[in-house]
Amino acid sequence: MHSHAETPPLEAALPRLELRGITKRFPGCLANDHVDLVLQPGEIHALLGENGAGKSTLVKMIYGVLHPDGGTLLWQGRETVVPDPAGARRLGIGMVFQHFSLFDTLTVTENIALGLDNAGPMDALATRIRTVSERYGLALDPDRHVFHLSVGERQRVEIVRCLLQDPKLLIMDEPTSVLTPQEATKLFETLRRLAAEGCTILYISHKLEEIRALCSRATVLRAGKVVGACDPRQETARGLAEMMMGAELAMPERPPQIESGKARLTVRHLSTTSDNPFATNLKDVSFEVRAGEILGIAGVAGNGQAELMAALSGEVLVADANSVVIEGVAAGLLGPRARRALGLAFVPEERLGRGAVPELSLSENALLSGYAREPLVRGGMVHFGRARAYAETIIKGFNVVAHGHRAEARSLSGGNLQKFIIGREILQRPQLLVVGQPTWGVDAGAAAAIHKALIALARSGAAVLVISQDLDELFVLSDRISVLFHGRLSDSRPTHETTVERIGLLMGGLFSTPPDEDGEIVRAV
Amino acid sequence: MSDFAVVGSILAAMFAAATPLLFAALGELVVEKSGVLNLGVEGMMLVGAVCGFAVTVQTGSATAGFVVAALAGAATGSLFAVLTLFLLANQVATGLALTLFGVGLSALIGQGFVGIPLEGLPKLNIPGLSDLPVVGQALFGQDVMVYLAIAAVPLVHLFLYRSRAGLVLRAVGENHTAAHALGYKVLRIRFLAVMFGGAMAGLGGAFLSMDYTPMWAENMTSGRGWIALALVVFATWKPVRVMLGAWLFGGVTILQLHVQGMGIDVPSQLLSMLPYLATVLVLVMISRDVARIRLNAPACLGKLFHPDA
Repeated sequence: MHSHAETPPLEAALPRLELRGITKRFPGCLANDHVDLVLQPGEIHALLGENGAGKSTLVKMIYGVLHPDGGTLLWQGRETVVPDPAGARRLGIGMVFQHFSLFDTLTVTENIALGLDNAGPMDALATRIRTVSERYGLALDPDRHVFHLSVGERQRVEIVRCLLQDPKLLIMDEPTSVLTPQEATKLFETLRRLAAEGCTILYISHKLEEIRALCSRATVLRAGKVVGACDPRQETARGLAEMMMGAELAMPERPPQIESGKARLTVRHLSTTSDNPFATNLKDVSFEVRAGEILGIAGVAGNGQAELMAALSGEVLVADANSVVIEGVAAGLLGPRARRALGLAFVPEERLGRGAVPELSLSENALLSGYAREPLVRGGMVHFGRARAYAETIIKGFNVVAHGHRAEARSLSGGNLQKFIIGREILQRPQLLVVGQPTWGVDAGAAAAIHKALIALARSGAAVLVISQDLDELFVLSDRISVLFHGRLSDSRPTHETTVERIGLLMGGLFSTPPDEDGEIVRAV
Repeated sequence: MSDFAVVGSILAAMFAAATPLLFAALGELVVEKSGVLNLGVEGMMLVGAVCGFAVTVQTGSATAGFVVAALAGAATGSLFAVLTLFLLANQVATGLALTLFGVGLSALIGQGFVGIPLEGLPKLNIPGLSDLPVVGQALFGQDVMVYLAIAAVPLVHLFLYRSRAGLVLRAVGENHTAAHALGYKVLRIRFLAVMFGGAMAGLGGAFLSMDYTPMWAENMTSGRGWIALALVVFATWKPVRVMLGAWLFGGVTILQLHVQGMGIDVPSQLLSMLPYLATVLVLVMISRDVARIRLNAPACLGKLFHPDA
């Protein structure tokens, strides 16, 4: 990036990267079909598309993780083959992955050294990390272990790792899905500064407002093909979404809340302790969810969401039975099945492994949580006919795209599996539904369907608790919003009385809480 | 014999008794740090023991014996590596099978060697120091393999925690998907680690058959491979703790021999159990810290990896 000023004008006129007719085939699907893409020096270029449109496949080929079956790649005007990620880094291509490629038990310096081909001695590298992180406003302590870091800090590790290689092209895959709005704003400043220095940025995101604010050009992929290019600043978010889907977007409507009923879930002074050093303990969390309403809990991942989910579902029992009360029954010491019998249903954040068993068919997965409240088991024996019928009902009712009830859960795309799991829970007519990250990694169409179903469930008299990192989602769904930070929960606010900015500040820890037992004051960012 | 001399000879014997464990466990530690769980340590030790013994008997060269033992251990290990890394066989089942395979193969190779005595290695008596009371023989009168095993502890530590190759190896064991995404050859690194583990197990086995009890007998490792595996886990994957655990096992082994020798009326089978029991108990107690295990255990231990999946 420093060499930009000295670049001769002829070369500056060449695109940084040009893809011509790139094709990639996987067994049973054509992931990229003759994709053309031109990236100019210093531009921030958005790559748009729904899940499965082929965005990840395309950037993995640019970064050398995958190899195209056809087509050519021109790097600064020269035809190039990117053999592997190390080769990509030598060319000057850096990539920040959606799922960070970090190693929890290693330090920041060690993690960065792993991504550099000429890391040099560790001390010197630590100094270089400090210099670069200060220059771009990415505060980072090189000696800390990664598992101590917040998600935003982890992302900084990835970005600094790329910056140390003086990249000419930086690929960012869904970078803000884990950041607070304020952290995202800060990231944009860094990216704009990089672009001004001549670095090209290829930016992948689901968040269309963000793309409109940041990017000057956008290429839209659908089913592996380029279906359009535009200047996102000239388009509306809705227009962009419809270009991605190739259909009209049905936005969920939120009918006015009915008179809120009795408390179906009451959590009082819930605190947890864990042996796991990576866990965040809950500290004195109290809230209630009433019949007919949706309570949203916002917060950046790793602030106690997983622990709250486990304490509510019964996966982890809490010390005091009275700290979790479901339908008036003290349930803190009851296991998941007993809680389901009280009317609780839940959709865990992890779809494969917690929400569904990857190797089992959809009808078997339907049975796993459905048998508690649907007549699927008789005298200890499974009634397979009914289980199949139940699975088919879910598949039809929630428009799940799958090869029937026999399809293995892992064969479904994330959005379709999520629709299936949410359908399975909702069709049991629960009085109380707890959902973690309902639309994480789910495309716009499926997300709208899921939101609609959740709102309908609440309006039919159930209480719904949604734990999510996605503020836009919480503002669409919730009647009230609370924020989880470092294991503490803020007071809830009615959604119509608050703003994304104010909730964002709370997500950064800006609410008054008493100091921790160990004297640490909850930090304000 | 004075009390001091007894203590001295127990100490000296302890270091020797710990040596086979130290070799095998350090090798397995590196293997596990790369994310591979090889339960075939016992089998690799036996193959190393018989091959080292046979070569020494044939050639008269102990050096050749140890080199061949290491190569044989590495070859047995690479069999495991091919099955689990490239053919994606289950690591636990393959490791158990490797032990059974090693027991059988070593018995077959060793058929003609039962009952042949060997001399063992010469002690490196360091002039002056080895005559010191109590610690003289223990610290300065051992043979070269005992010192090599102890020297391997800081070397393995430096490799894992100071060298770049060691950093890459730990990264592969911690998160193989991320390491692959960064462009590291996960399978190649693991293959080399398994070969190293096999070579170290082979050396440990050969130390038993060529030096500690210089003769060949079927199944002569008598479970030391399993203790080495336990040591690695209970030592929370730290080389220095592995060494302390090996010394503990060696110490109790020698102590119970002395107790048996004194003719105390306890069934000898019970006493023979003691080293195993003591090692497991002590190590369980020091490794109760769940947090420490989580921080040091390789997160991908035993998980299969396929680069295209």
